[in-house]
Amino acid sequence: MTVRHYEDRVVTAFLYCAVFWALLGMVAGVWVAAELVWPTIDFGIPALSFGRLRTAHTTLVLFGFGVSALIATAIYSVQRTSHVRLFAPGLAWALFWAWQLAIVLGAASILAGWTSAKEYAELEWPFDIAIAVAWVAFAVIFFGTIARRKVEPIYISNWFYGALIIVVAMLHIVNSLALPATLGKSYSLFAGAQDAVVQWWYGHNAVGFLLTGGFLGMLYYFLPKQAEQPIWSYRLSIVAFWAFVYTYIWAGPHHLHYHAVPEWVQSLGMVMSLILLAPSWATMVNGIMTVAGAAKKLRTDPALKFIVLALAFYGLATFEGPMLAIKSVNVFSHFTEWTIGHVHSGALGWNALITFGTFYFLVPRLAGVPLYSTRLANVHFWLALAGTMLYVLAMWGAGVSQGVLWLSLDDLGEVRFSFNDVMAAMQPYYLLRLLAGLAFLAGTVLMAVNLAKTFAGRPTAVAMPPAGRRA
Amino acid sequence: MNWVSLHHRIERNAGLLIFGILLVSSIGGMVQLLPIVTGDSHAHPAPGLRPPTALELEGRDLYIRESCGVCHTQQIRPLLAEVKRYGPYSRSGEFAWDRPFLWGSKRTGPDLARIGGRYTDEWHRLHLLDPRSVVPASIMPAYPWLAEHRADRHGTIQARMRTLARLGHPYTDEQIAAAPGALDGRTELDAVIAYLQSLGGSMKGAPQP
Repeated sequence: MTVRHYEDRVVTAFLYCAVFWALLGMVAGVWVAAELVWPTIDFGIPALSFGRLRTAHTTLVLFGFGVSALIATAIYSVQRTSHVRLFAPGLAWALFWAWQLAIVLGAASILAGWTSAKEYAELEWPFDIAIAVAWVAFAVIFFGTIARRKVEPIYISNWFYGALIIVVAMLHIVNSLALPATLGKSYSLFAGAQDAVVQWWYGHNAVGFLLTGGFLGMLYYFLPKQAEQPIWSYRLSIVAFWAFVYTYIWAGPHHLHYHAVPEWVQSLGMVMSLILLAPSWATMVNGIMTVAGAAKKLRTDPALKFIVLALAFYGLATFEGPMLAIKSVNVFSHFTEWTIGHVHSGALGWNALITFGTFYFLVPRLAGVPLYSTRLANVHFWLALAGTMLYVLAMWGAGVSQGVLWLSLDDLGEVRFSFNDVMAAMQPYYLLRLLAGLAFLAGTVLMAVNLAKTFAGRPTAVAMPPAGRRA
Repeated sequence: MNWVSLHHRIERNAGLLIFGILLVSSIGGMVQLLPIVTGDSHAHPAPGLRPPTALELEGRDLYIRESCGVCHTQQIRPLLAEVKRYGPYSRSGEFAWDRPFLWGSKRTGPDLARIGGRYTDEWHRLHLLDPRSVVPASIMPAYPWLAEHRADRHGTIQARMRTLARLGHPYTDEQIAAAPGALDGRTELDAVIAYLQSLGGSMKGAPQP
């Protein structure tokens, strides 16, 4: 650890933007949740209409918050695990500005009605090209740093960040193949059932390699670091990594159970989804055993608390996923709020919490001062936990109700409940979910204040050496 | 061969690591996607299926613009309750001209795969402009702006049809030339209704399971 001049200002910049996009994306999420309770609060403004705003919500949290956080932590940890300064820091700054500009314009384009209608890949073709170019830059910076490393083995976290970069590039390029008609409109190269199979190969593995793989990279660096313990089993992490990379790709077709796609691909997707439980939980066990040696610190350290709670939600979500992939369970859960609950137990409980924990770890180090308020971070912890639990419980209630009531038949074999009656019965759940979202958002606001106050309190003379300061 | 010593080599060589990830992660996709994607998606359209008319295509692209598919599916599963509620289950041939597919993943509102012909144009007009005027419990947004804009207000219908023709849709030069005329005097609302009324029509009279 002799390198003194790690490139950390670009890390700070990405981190700031991640927090900003988290806030904006969560406000959009709370707003669309409220629209399901009070459908007229779009005030007749097209940009605030549910379909557009919900798409903006997922785009902002996934690509604004999620990817900015992943790039920030990848750049921070790859330098330290390689014992070398970042490769091409100028390119990293270009990537920073390009990515933030793409998110600003991309979110605006979605609110204006530009969308490919492919879930989690809604941005139209000019953005698809920009994302592909930015991703190549990310790859050059990341692998360039690894190529110059001073330590022989490539550390585990970098395998996962590497898989994120490589596999997401492959998924993004194939799924975005389209013929442009105008600047804001293109038509998919694939049609109908073929398009569906390609989309869910992408969609499931965006979850797999971005929301799982990328954030596992975060886990493998920041968990042992904050727990001050080595990874419990190096061999287990090798097995878990390759089994993860091999198996995840097969699971996509469980999004198409009982759809108009070949039966063999559905069943294959289901079996591989069940097998996926093994590598998922292998990583969870590895993480929990790693933290077992730091039980005392867990009681007092907010960053570690967030990371370990995230690990628990990771375990829950990766158990629930394979269960939902079983066709006879999926019959009930598919198309219902249960899916939304499942996504959020992963997105809030796992992705957001581990990012928050990592930020509580990073900001005092980047600023060179202790965290402004541990107490505020603890309040955030409980708000985030309560919000996530309430969200998931509300959506379980709603989803199971929908699943059972929609398929319920009376003695004559006719459907027992009208769609409208079931829809009207969702209102209490939607209200609870709105409260859950508000609690989670309130916690995130506290974090933003806490981190901003920490940065504001840094000793300027130390944190900004004149030679390294950018004009 | 000892896998630990194999990995000893991989984890010390960035090129090998990249190659390994690429190789291992692409197997599943190749097995699942290639047999399905390499076939011609237009080879087996459902009997009676035709590509959307200019007005229906405009309506479909507006359905996409408003992200209607976020809340409405277009996929009826082969389950008794779904068939009773929505009609015959969906067949892959019905979606041969769908670019992109619009099956959706969430039913906040009901499935629309066979909504065509179920309600009158006038019902759709009232429903899209003020959903709660016809369905009091509805939580659907109102779309007043659809009535205020003329269809194809950016004049791109011909470019869009030509692009689809390049992808294999059997639009003739005459159809493309006539498209602006077919949209003349129509609103976005008319286009969306024409699209909704076209949904599921190719399976009219198909045998029930």
